[in-house]
Amino acid sequence: MQIYLPIAEMSVDVFVILGVGGGIGFLSGLFGAGGGFLLTPLLIFLGVPPAVAVGTGTNQIVASSVSGALAQWRRGNVDVQMGLILILGGLVGSGLGVLLFRWLRRLGHIDLVISASYIVLLGGVGGLMVVESLRALRRARAGGGELAPRRPHPRRWSDRLPLKIRFRRSGLYLSALLPAGIGAAIGVVSAVLGVGGGFILVPAMIYLLGMPTAVVIGTSLFQIVFVTASATFLHAAINHTVDVVLALLLLLGGVIGAQIGVRIGAGMKGEHLRGLLGLLVLAVAVKLLIDLLLPPGEPFSLGLVSGAGA
Amino acid sequence: MIPPWAVWGLAGLILGSGGATVQAAEPPLVVDLSRHRVEITTGFSGTDLLLFGALEPLHGHDSPDVVVVVRGPALTETIRRKQPVAGFWINRGSARVEGVPGFYRIAATRPLEQIAPPALRDRLELGLESVPLRVSVEEGESDPAPYRAALLRLMRARGLIEDGVGEVLQPGRRLFRTEVHFPATVPVGLYRVEVHLISHGRLIASQETPLAVDRVGLGAAIHRFAHREAGLYGAGAVLLAAFAGWLAAWVFRKG
Repeated sequence: MQIYLPIAEMSVDVFVILGVGGGIGFLSGLFGAGGGFLLTPLLIFLGVPPAVAVGTGTNQIVASSVSGALAQWRRGNVDVQMGLILILGGLVGSGLGVLLFRWLRRLGHIDLVISASYIVLLGGVGGLMVVESLRALRRARAGGGELAPRRPHPRRWSDRLPLKIRFRRSGLYLSALLPAGIGAAIGVVSAVLGVGGGFILVPAMIYLLGMPTAVVIGTSLFQIVFVTASATFLHAAINHTVDVVLALLLLLGGVIGAQIGVRIGAGMKGEHLRGLLGLLVLAVAVKLLIDLLLPPGEPFSLGLVSGAGA
Repeated sequence: MIPPWAVWGLAGLILGSGGATVQAAEPPLVVDLSRHRVEITTGFSGTDLLLFGALEPLHGHDSPDVVVVVRGPALTETIRRKQPVAGFWINRGSARVEGVPGFYRIAATRPLEQIAPPALRDRLELGLESVPLRVSVEEGESDPAPYRAALLRLMRARGLIEDGVGEVLQPGRRLFRTEVHFPATVPVGLYRVEVHLISHGRLIASQETPLAVDRVGLGAAIHRFAHREAGLYGAGAVLLAAFAGWLAAWVFRKG
């Protein structure tokens, strides 16, 4: 069944879009990563103009992350305190990121910077997660259920930072500057690369902040709701690149997929989840690297002057 | 009292129309479309239009050739080129191309080379190679030829232009018709449908008929709203998504 998208100005198969939305929603519910780094390329692959794919992608992730965050909220898995500090840092970071983007573009080579940082970030994060979860699994098997130490470094440099806060839900006592800084760094990355940043936020919360995995996913979804909501608004207001018809179809599939993902995720081990997300992230990095190294079949690409901005 | 300029004007009008009657008395060419408006509705997935017409057969000659050109609104496109930099394939060159027909189809009774000499083909822009494209390379090496070729290749892949010459059927000596297919990706705007009558390499008559491609219905309303009330539209899109997410979470809790 074909439907015409008013902003993308093309006609698509309803069931293909429902399927794509469902798949992305499932991943977002399972891992707590928004899935934007998968959704945008998928939409472009289906022929949606890149600018519309980015704008509409963020709109769909609002829906699936609201749905996922509410499901996590009911399980008490959202650290609101931590989430708010991450969001505050993120707002500052995305402002800096927009400036950085403009500066890089003036220097030229913005394309290379974006491609290379995607590969380094995705490859690094994905590799780390896979290695870590393999190690955790081996330890669990060898030690017969011996609990891994929650915080390997009893005293770190970050413990000497001021503004210490007790995060009850996460069971942490640390300086508010640390999550604010992480939020800001992710804000920079998400503004430059045009992604929600969940795939960096989740490992950062686990490895840098030492938050328990159960709380990490809920809190990351909570943060993603606000980041993508503001991004959607800006894309719609400034670039006119949010297609509500496309977004509605995607989120119809997406919200259902997210619920299924949350359910399946609840019955899985943290190490397994992290390992799988790591593999997925790694696969995207490898795909991008191959695209960058192999001569493309069609070296030219078309972009309408009106509409598709940067 | 009639002012003198009016007399001259009237005389000119009569003389002018008198001159035109030599051709206009029996119009050599009459054309029409099955519809003058292509409406892009929510269910739009492409459509076909029938162009038909009649011509006045020339005395003593064999029947003249008919060439039909359908072209969309002129667009300006940016085209980017990937090139290897230190082993990485990244976008390095770009060119701006002006005067790109957003849609182009041509149909004729015979192959174009047999109908019109190159000069006439260029003048009437018959065939894609005769359509002038202003390519200005903005970045990288300055040869515009690969950009032009790539642009045509990419538009062809989207079904917006076609190299092949469609068939104009002539069921009798006086009648002709052809079908034009519009894919789902047609750009909106005013189109030009030109019909040329060519005999022995000379243009005998031309007719132009308008065609509008427009969004209608819900899709058109959404498009208008998104552009006119962008802030409101954005807020609505966010609220809609948040509501859908909340609804799904609620439904699944009950179920």
